[in-house]
Amino acid sequence: MKMTDTIGSDTSHQLAEHLPPYQSHEAVMEAERCLYCFDAPCMHACPTHIDIPGFIRKISTGNVRGAGMTILDSNLLGATCARVCPVEELCQGACVLRATDKPIAIGRLQRHATDHLASVTPDPYQRGAANGRSVLVVGSGPAGLSAAGELAKRGYAVTVWERSPLAGGLSTYGIIPLREPIEVALGEVAMIERLGVEIHTSTALADEPALADALTRFDAVFLATGLGAVPAMPVGGAEHIRDGLDYIAQAKLNQPDPDDVQARRVVVIGAGNTAIDAATIARRRGGEVTIVYRRTAAEMPAYHHEYEFALREGIDFAFLTQPVEVVTEDGRVAGLRCTAMTLGEPDASGRRRPVPVDGSDRLIPCDLVVRAIGQEGYGPDSAFGLDLAGTYIAVDPHLRASRERVWAGGDAIRDHGAASTVMAVEDGKKAADSIDAYFLSVNPSDTPEPGGHHG
Amino acid sequence: MADLTSTFCGVTSPNPFWLASAPPTNSGYQVNKAFEAGWGGAVWKTLGPPVLNISNRYGSLTIDGKRMLAINNVELISDRPLEVNLREIAEVKRNWPDRAVIVSAMVDADPRAWETIIRQIEDTGADGIELNYGCPQGMSERGMGAAVGQVPEMCQLNTEWATSVASIPVIVKLTPNVTDIKASARAALAGGADALSLINTINSITKVDLDTFSISPTIGGRGTHGGYAGPAVKPIALHMLSELMTDPDTVASGVPISAIGGIVTWTDAAEFFLLGASSVQICTGAMHYGFRIIDDLVDGLSNWMDDKGFATIEDFRGRALSGVSTFGQLDLSYQAVARIDTNACISCNLCYNACEDTAHQCIDLVDTAGQVVQPGFDRNANGKAVADSRPKPVVRESDCVGCALCANVCPVDGCITMVTVDSGRQPVTWDQLQAESPAVTTDWDAMSAYRSTVGIDIH
Repeated sequence: MKMTDTIGSDTSHQLAEHLPPYQSHEAVMEAERCLYCFDAPCMHACPTHIDIPGFIRKISTGNVRGAGMTILDSNLLGATCARVCPVEELCQGACVLRATDKPIAIGRLQRHATDHLASVTPDPYQRGAANGRSVLVVGSGPAGLSAAGELAKRGYAVTVWERSPLAGGLSTYGIIPLREPIEVALGEVAMIERLGVEIHTSTALADEPALADALTRFDAVFLATGLGAVPAMPVGGAEHIRDGLDYIAQAKLNQPDPDDVQARRVVVIGAGNTAIDAATIARRRGGEVTIVYRRTAAEMPAYHHEYEFALREGIDFAFLTQPVEVVTEDGRVAGLRCTAMTLGEPDASGRRRPVPVDGSDRLIPCDLVVRAIGQEGYGPDSAFGLDLAGTYIAVDPHLRASRERVWAGGDAIRDHGAASTVMAVEDGKKAADSIDAYFLSVNPSDTPEPGGHHG
Repeated sequence: MADLTSTFCGVTSPNPFWLASAPPTNSGYQVNKAFEAGWGGAVWKTLGPPVLNISNRYGSLTIDGKRMLAINNVELISDRPLEVNLREIAEVKRNWPDRAVIVSAMVDADPRAWETIIRQIEDTGADGIELNYGCPQGMSERGMGAAVGQVPEMCQLNTEWATSVASIPVIVKLTPNVTDIKASARAALAGGADALSLINTINSITKVDLDTFSISPTIGGRGTHGGYAGPAVKPIALHMLSELMTDPDTVASGVPISAIGGIVTWTDAAEFFLLGASSVQICTGAMHYGFRIIDDLVDGLSNWMDDKGFATIEDFRGRALSGVSTFGQLDLSYQAVARIDTNACISCNLCYNACEDTAHQCIDLVDTAGQVVQPGFDRNANGKAVADSRPKPVVRESDCVGCALCANVCPVDGCITMVTVDSGRQPVTWDQLQAESPAVTTDWDAMSAYRSTVGIDIH
C-alpha cells in the first residue's frame, strides 16, 4: 500500500466532495427531526439493515462516536455507503416523513457519524482470537472488504488478493471523487488491514487451477471479483474510444489526463451511473458534454436522481441516438457519427427495442469519446470452473458457489441493475456468516485438508 | 375587531400584555422602547435595598434543539441607583399615560421601609405597586423576596404595612416555591392586597456541565440555584392559577389576578385568560426574541377572539374554570378509546411501541392483507418499496383503557383521536362511591364485587 502515500484527491473545487460535511449543530438539528420510528422502514430498506433511528438518536444526544459504531456494527464500509448509496431508492425513500415533510438526510448524518468515528477511533474493532481457520478473499471491493473485516473480527486469518495496484475496488477507482474522495475508500481499506487482514495487491486469481490451488492453502475462498471487462463497441474507429472506468480512475487518482487538454467537446456513450460520473468529470473540467443513448430517458439505467443531477450540471442528452463510427482527422477524434433510433417492440429486458431510422445519420462533432456501456459478466472461460447463473457466478441463498468451500458475492453474482456498493457489503456480511456457520457445523477433523499453514 | 382594552384594579391599558418585573424593565430606555412596540404595560424591575450583581446570570434549558425552553436567572433586583429608577419611572409614565406602569418593590420587613418606598413610588405617578415576594435567591437570604412569600404570616404582615400606606393598587406577587399556593394567596388577601400576580420563578438548577462538572450558570467556578421561568413552567403556572380561581376565599375576594409563567405566544395568554387571569405578564419570551413579539401577541389574540365571536377579554375570561374539578368529582364511567385514522397514519409506529412497552398492549400491527403481524422485518428484503408493505397500527378497542398515551405520542396532528364510547355504566364519581359504598374504596374484595356488578373488567 505504499502507493497510497502519494495518492490524494483533487483538491481543486472542480471535483471536491460536492456536499460539505455537516457542522455539529447542523447534524443535531437534522437528527432531531427524526421521529425515531419503531421497526423503522429506513432500517428495513437498508440492505445492511443499519439501526438508522438508533444512530440518529445518538447524534442528537451528542454520542456521535456511538452513532458511528452503530453504523459500522451493521456495515463496516459505512463511510463509503454514506456517500455512494442511492439513498433516494433505499433508506430515505422509505422515510415516513417523505409523506408530510422531507425525508431525514440519512446519508449525510451517516457521513457525519462515520467521519467522526474515523477521526477519534480509527480502530473501532479488534481482531478476534485466532480460530485456526484461513480464508482467501479474492477482490478488495466492498464485498471483499466487508467479508474480510467480519471474518477477521471472528478470528479468521484473512488474506485478500486484489488484481489492481490499490485496494478498494470501485470505491477507490470508480466513484467520482465529488461523491466519494479516494481517502475515504483507502481509509476503510486501512481499517480492515489493521484488523490483521493481509492485502496483496496486483495479485489476481487466474482460473480454475488457481482456485483449486488456493483451496489447498486456505480453508475457504470468497470470490468478490466484481464484473469483467467493458465490452468492445462494434463501431468504426472504436480504438479511439476512451474507457469510462479508466477515465474516472484517472480523475479519482488525480493523475493528469492527456485527453483533457484538448477535450473541449466530449461525448459519453451510455446512460448508466458510470456514464453520468464520466460525463460529470468532463463537464466539471470545462467540457461541453453530451450523453448519447440509444433509448429514451425512461429506459436509462442511471438512477433518476443521477439523471436530474446531470441535467443540473449542464450535461446534454442525445436520446434515441446510436453511435456508428468515430470520425477522425489526422489521427485525432473529430466527431461521432450516429444514427437516430425509434422504439419498437419490447425486447428480452422488457424495454422497447431501439430500431435504427434509415438515412438519419448525423455527426456530433467532438474531441473525445468515452464509453460507459456496462461491464461484461462471466462465461465458462472466466468463472473459475464454477456453475453460472446467466452471466454471473451461481450461488445458493447462503452465497455458496458450486464448489465446496467456495463462496461468492457482490457484482460477481448479481445482475447489474440491482447491484450497488451497499448490496455488496451485505453480501460480504452474509458470506462471513455463511463461512462461519459452515465451519461451526463441520467437525474440524472432517475438514478437507488444506495446505496446512494455520496459525 | 376585538377590543383588547384591559382594566386591572382600575388601571387601564390598551392590551392585557404587560412586561413582567425583570431584566426587560430595567430602565426607562427599555420600557419606552417596549411601549413604542405596543406593550400594554410594564412592571418595573424591583426597587429595593442596595445590591451587587454577578456575571453569568442566566442558564437555560435546550431540548431537541429548541433554545430557551426555560431560563434560570441569578440576577437580583435592580442594581441601579434608586433615584435614577424613580426619575425614569416618572418620565415614562408622563410620556405614556395610556399604559399601565406598575412598580415592583421589595424592602426589609419594616413598616417604615415600606412606607418610604411606597411614597417614593407614588410620587412618580405610577399606576400600581407589585410586592415582590418571590425572588428565590440573593434577597431571600436577607429576609426578603421568597423568605416573605413562603411564610404566610410574613406575607400578611408585609402586605398590611404596604397597603396601609398605599393609595394606588397593591398587587402581591406570589412565589410558587410553596406547598399550597392558596395559603399564600389568603395571607396576601388578609393583608389587604388589591390584586395577585403569579407565578414568580421556581428554584432551579438548569444544567451540570459534563466537562467541568460545574452547575450552570457558573460564576467563577461556583454556582447557585436561580429562578426558573419560560415556556417549560407554563403548566405549573396554569395549575396554580386554577387553584386560586377555584379557591372560594380567593374568588370571594374578587381580586384580579395577573398571570405570569411561560407565556410566549397569544395562545399561551388565551389559556391563562380562560382560567381567569385578568392580565398577563411576559418576560422570557421577550428576553428570547425582543419586544417585537408584542405584534403577534396582540394580533393573534385579536384574530382568535374575532373567530370565536368574543368582543372583549371579559367575554371569555374564566370560561375553562367550570371544567376544573377534583379527581373525586370525575365521572369514573366515562369511557374513551383511541382510534387511528389509517389514511393520516404515516406508520412511524411510535404508538404501537408506546402502548406495547409502557401502556396496555392494545395496539396491533396489521399488514396490508389485514393480518396481525409481529414486529420485525424480513432481513432479505430491502429498498424503498418496503415502506409500501409496512404494517400499520390498529387499536383493539375492546382492550383499550383510553389512557391516551398513543394520541400524545403520535407525531401527526389529528391522526389518533380519543373517541367517547358508551361504557354502559351509570355515571359515578369517587366521592359518590366513598359516600355511598365506602367499602368499595377501602377493601379489594368489595372493589372486585363492585367491578363485576357494574361490568368493569381489568385484565
